[in-house]
This record gives sequence, C-alpha cells and structure tokens, in this order.
Amino acid sequence: MTGDHQRANRPQLSLHVPEPKFRPGDDVDFSDIAVPAAGTARRPEPGDSPDGFHELAYGLVRVLDEDGRAVGAWDPRLDPDRLRVMLRNMAMTRAFDERMFRAQRQGKTSFYMKSTGEEAVSVAAAMALARDDMCFPSYRQQGILITRDYPLIEMMNQIYSNKGDKLQGKQLPIMYSSREDGFFSISGNLTTQYPQAVGWAMASAAKGDSRIAATWCGEGSTAEGDFHSACTFASVYRAPVILNVVNNQWAISSFSGFAGAEATTFAARAIGYGIAGLRVDGNDPLAVYAATLWAAERARTNQGPTLIEHFTYRAEGHSTSDDPTGYRSAQEWTSWPLGDPVKRLKDHLIGLGAWDEDRQAAMDKECADLVRKTQKEAEKNGILGHGLHQQFETMFEGVYEEMPWHLKEQQAQMIAEEQASGRPWDAK
Amino acid sequence: MNMIQAVNSAMDVMMGRDENVVVMGEDVGYFGGVFRATAGLQKKYGKTRVFDTPITECGIIGVAIGMGAYGLRPVPEIQFADYIYPALDQLVSEAARLRYRSAGEFIAPLTVRSPFGGGIFGGQTHSQSPESIFTHVSGLKTVIPATPYDAKGLLISCIEDNDPVIFFEPKRIYNGPFDGHWDRPAKNWSNHPGGEVPTGYYRIPLGKASVVREGDAVTILCYGTMVHVVADSVADAGINAEIIDLRTLVPLDIDTIVESVKKTGRCMIVHEATRTQGFGSELSATVQERCFYHLEAPILRVTGFDTPYPHSLEWAYFPGPVRIGQALKEIMKDA
Repeated sequence: MTGDHQRANRPQLSLHVPEPKFRPGDDVDFSDIAVPAAGTARRPEPGDSPDGFHELAYGLVRVLDEDGRAVGAWDPRLDPDRLRVMLRNMAMTRAFDERMFRAQRQGKTSFYMKSTGEEAVSVAAAMALARDDMCFPSYRQQGILITRDYPLIEMMNQIYSNKGDKLQGKQLPIMYSSREDGFFSISGNLTTQYPQAVGWAMASAAKGDSRIAATWCGEGSTAEGDFHSACTFASVYRAPVILNVVNNQWAISSFSGFAGAEATTFAARAIGYGIAGLRVDGNDPLAVYAATLWAAERARTNQGPTLIEHFTYRAEGHSTSDDPTGYRSAQEWTSWPLGDPVKRLKDHLIGLGAWDEDRQAAMDKECADLVRKTQKEAEKNGILGHGLHQQFETMFEGVYEEMPWHLKEQQAQMIAEEQASGRPWDAK
Repeated sequence: MNMIQAVNSAMDVMMGRDENVVVMGEDVGYFGGVFRATAGLQKKYGKTRVFDTPITECGIIGVAIGMGAYGLRPVPEIQFADYIYPALDQLVSEAARLRYRSAGEFIAPLTVRSPFGGGIFGGQTHSQSPESIFTHVSGLKTVIPATPYDAKGLLISCIEDNDPVIFFEPKRIYNGPFDGHWDRPAKNWSNHPGGEVPTGYYRIPLGKASVVREGDAVTILCYGTMVHVVADSVADAGINAEIIDLRTLVPLDIDTIVESVKKTGRCMIVHEATRTQGFGSELSATVQERCFYHLEAPILRVTGFDTPYPHSLEWAYFPGPVRIGQALKEIMKDA
C-alpha cells in the first residue's frame, strides 16, 4: 500500500494530450517539417534485410526536386508516355472528385469523399503494381479504380445507388467493389482490410501463385488493433504484401499526433515488426511509384512485406459531412511543404519538354468534360432519393448464398406491406 | 470415435477432398491443438495447409477472410469461445457482410471452430456460451453438434458451405456424453450410438434439427451438452417429452419445432448460456408467435443465470438435472 505520506515529496504528474500546431485562424508555418533534398535517400536492394532500414523509415524518399527534375537512385526513369498516363489518371481522379462532391452538394447523393492532394498515393502505386495484384483499399484510393480503367459510370452508378449500381444500392457511396479489377470490397470499418490483405497474400504464396496484395489505411487507422495483427502476420509468414499508410496528417478532426506521430514516424512502426519500412514523399508521384515497384519486387521474390508511409496532406474535408474550418487552419494546404502532386508531375513533364501548360489545360478540360458527360449518362439510371432504383426484394438477397426461410418470410411480409399500403414502390 | 476424433476426421476428410481447405489457429499445427482436434493434420497435409498462428484472434479471422477472398476454404480455430471477442469486428463487420456488401463478388466461406460451454470447472473464461452474439448477426450461420456423429457430418457441411459458419464444439462432451450428474463416473462415447462415426465422407445438412426422443407431453428445445442433460432428466422424471436437438441455430429448423409444439402443446427451452437475450428468447418468441393457440402452458426457459460463469459454484450455475427436473414439474403441473 502506498500512503499519501509516502508520495508527499514526489513531483505532480501531468497528462500530455497532443495538440496540433495550428487551429482555425492561426498563421501556418511548416518550416519545422524536415524535408530532405530529393535524391538523397539510399535505395537498398529489394532483398535486403529489414534491419538496415532505420534511416529510410525516419527519412523521406523523394525523387522530384524543387525544380521538377527527377534525381537520385529512386528515379524510376519512366518514359514520357507513361508519365503522361500517370498525370492524366491523377487529373481524372481530381476531376471526378470535384464533380461528385458537387453532386452531393446538389442533393443527388448522400455522401462523398474526395482524395484531393493524395492522388499520387493511389494512382502511382496502382501503376507500379501488376493489374492482377489484389488491392485492399480504404475509402480514399479511388485513383486505383481510375488507373485500372474501371468505368467512371460504374463508380457514379454506385455513388447514386441507382439502377445501374452493381452493388444494388446496398453500400454507402464510394464503398466500391470490383473483383475483376483487383479492387477488394470497401468496408466502413477501419483497417479491417489490413489482415485480410495479408491473408490474401499468404494464400497466394501458399498456392505458389505469383500475385501479390497491397493494402492502404490512413495514419489515424494505424491505431486500430487490426494494424498490429496484420503487421505481425505479415512479418511472421513473410507475406507478399505491401502495407501502405497514407499519412495525410488528419483523421477527421484529429491530427496525426493522436495516432502517435509526435513520437515517431509511421514507417518506423515497421522496424519493430521486422518489416522493411520506407517513408516516402506522398506528393511525389515518382517516389510513390518507385517505392511501390521496389516493394512489389521484394514481395514477388519472396523477400517479404514492406510498409510504406506516404507523407502527404488531406487537402479537403474528411468527407461531405465534415467542415475542416472547425478544427484546422485554412492555410495549411497552401503552405504544405510537399506541394501538390498533380502540379509537381506536370512541372516535371514540362521540364522534360514533354508537356506544356496548353496541353495541361486541354487535358483538364477533357477530363472535366468526360466526367460531366458520364455523369449525365449515370443520372439516366437515377439519382438517390428519386424513387427506388432496385427491386425491393433484392434487399434480402446475398445475405446468404441461399435465402433461408426466415428471410423469405420477411421478404414476403415486406411485399405484402407495400401492396396493402397502396403505395407500391416505383421500382419496376 | 469421440467428438475430438470426429472433428479431426471431418477436417482430415475435407483436406483430402479439397486442396483449398486450410486449418489455422493457435497451437493447431505441430502440436495438434490444445484439445488434440487437429492432431496429425500438419504432418499429413504440410505446413502451408495446417499452420500455427500468432495469438491474435482478430488477425486469425481477418487473415482467414482474406484467404477466403483469394479462393481458399479456411477452417480457423479460436482456442476457446471465451476468446472469440477480439475477432468480433472481423466476424460481424466483415465475414458476415462480405457477400452482401459486394453483391456476391467476394465471399467468406469460413468455418470458425471453437470449443464452448461449461461443466469443466473452466471458470469465467473457459466456459462461456456466446452463441446468441452470433445468431443475432445476419450473414452468419451458427452450428452446435451434440454427438460425434453429428459433429463430423455437420462440420463437413460447414466446410463445404459458402457462407461463414460459427461451429461451437461443446467441450464438456468431447470425450463422452454428459448427463449433468457431475458426481457420477464419466462416460465415454463407445457405448453411445452417437459415437459410431464412419471414417469416410458424409454430411448432415445445416438447418435441420434432430428429434432425439419422440414424445407427446412437452417439446424440449436444446443443443450441445444440454441434449444429454435433458435426456437424462426426462428419463428420471418419467415424462413422455419430445426432445429436439436443434443442431443448427441459424438457419433454424422451424418446421420441426412448430410441428412438435403443436403436437405437445408445451415448450421448454434449455441452454447453458445466460438467460437475458440468450438464444432461448428468440426460440420462445418464435414458438409463441407460431404456436400460440396450441400452447397449454407458458413457455419455460431453463438456462444459465445472468452472471459471469463462476468457478467454485459451477454446479449451482449449470442448468443440470435438478433445475431441469423442477422445470419439468412446473410445465406439466396442469397436464
């Protein structure tokens, strides 16, 4: 027993509760964020032992320098055609986000989430993977679908929960699923996809396949227990998986300090698990591409998993239900030291003499036009709230492979209710 | 066979028939499981099909879901049902909903095996019966065998089923049927017809109950260990009860239940799990709705008490012959 008299001479404890540096109205100064010069990070061999990755887990892999030149050992040396495809995928992701955000504001759907400022993290990574590698994304990697040429109209049909929605209106907008395109069904529950990706990768290895898995979560979600279990499994079985942490500084209103960022980096988590850890400039599409390609090669050669922290910034609100002016300074995005991934790739291409502002403007217009035209097509399939777009019987389908008696009974009850009410849904 | 051997045989048969069946869990590999349920499987099928896992239940189920999405047919083990809670998010939010939320693009054909139930002085964390947590989740099936024969046939059906199944094994009857008389010598399965188990492939369909004793005085709905406790209590009381072993809780064999209660006019429900919002509540409500005009007495629930499972007071907690005998008198008093 410890009596009060024994504690009398001890200093009073205090609880540390993290606080972001800037709140609404504050001037922003990010000069304390260490931004190593592009091209300075070492590029290990993909088969190197993970115990030598300390400086990579605390550093920052960067390829594009301040003048837009690709420099250093991590330069993936992509040809201009490939770079232009990357730029267009990112521009298309941004155009799509803009349009769908507006569609939500116009009441055409219930919900949307943009990925503005984080386009490189999904687009460049997807371009570095093989098309049949399985992605286990969170809700902010729509760039993967766009990179894999998933039809925009299918995305919109899902967002509108309309009669073209192949998820039959069962899922909240943006919770896409496309097995064919290696895009695992998105769940609202955070980080659950992490151990699932590891399991998929373990299965691929156990079957002697050559495909690998990649998964994404935000830095906030690394605090979930599933992150720990996934890292443990990935390490124990040397699963061919890439564990991406998109550190965009914000988990809704909570800054990254509430996930542990004040004390360490997220890439450094890898060290304790014995996983190769890379910390990458997430707004540098070439760095994201190169790191993913490196991790993919490591996985494909049975050298095990890689954890990549993509250091970036969530430029917009968390979702259409969020107003970031309530918790952070509006200047943060414009002051962000790593800039805008789209602009950085554009400047790089212009620097190569393979692009110009006119072509950029034309491409942006082409993306916006295509999105608008596709939106009109999608809206022909209906928008949320304007009638019921699915046969209401479908609500009971797919709970199980075969519908059990109790669901058949509830289905029949609902049909009878509707008929008796004299207001049958206009689904037919 | 005893129930452990039957469970082992079911996995052996299915691993032999389907190369996508994999067995995983804490201590299931080299060691063969803390209850020996997976003994010999790793040696026979290799480490990539039968493997030990880290001690992380959410990881075991999460990884199994990913393996299922790849195309495997995982049979993960949770060492005790009392330790399934860390995996609840993966089971409830993911496995149960994967088919629905992806409109059938991805499925979770898992069979989660887990020893459950009390009567072994397991105390608070080796005795629980959490089945009603899972029966409440749409998208999951819940199966509980009461004999070695059923355990093997049901487990094979579960492994072949394309929906996620929770397969609770009553560990009190792993080695022999238990009638609730803890002070009598233990029995083994060799003298019980349910212990006769074919070595090869056979299946018992999910969603079908078993009428283990026909009668016309009262219908008793039960499952797992309680099937044997009820049978003994009914014999002692000399009441012509109809005893139904539900075997599958979801989807429930409603026809067998309703037909029986309409015949007997009385219904008693027996389970080890705590009473409030236990599966008995669902059974009682369902019977009341469908057999109301045939009921000659209130439906009775004989269950564990609404307390954590105690260690030293186990036989006061366990719904044994005394409590069931009293309930039988109560439900038959106006007959």
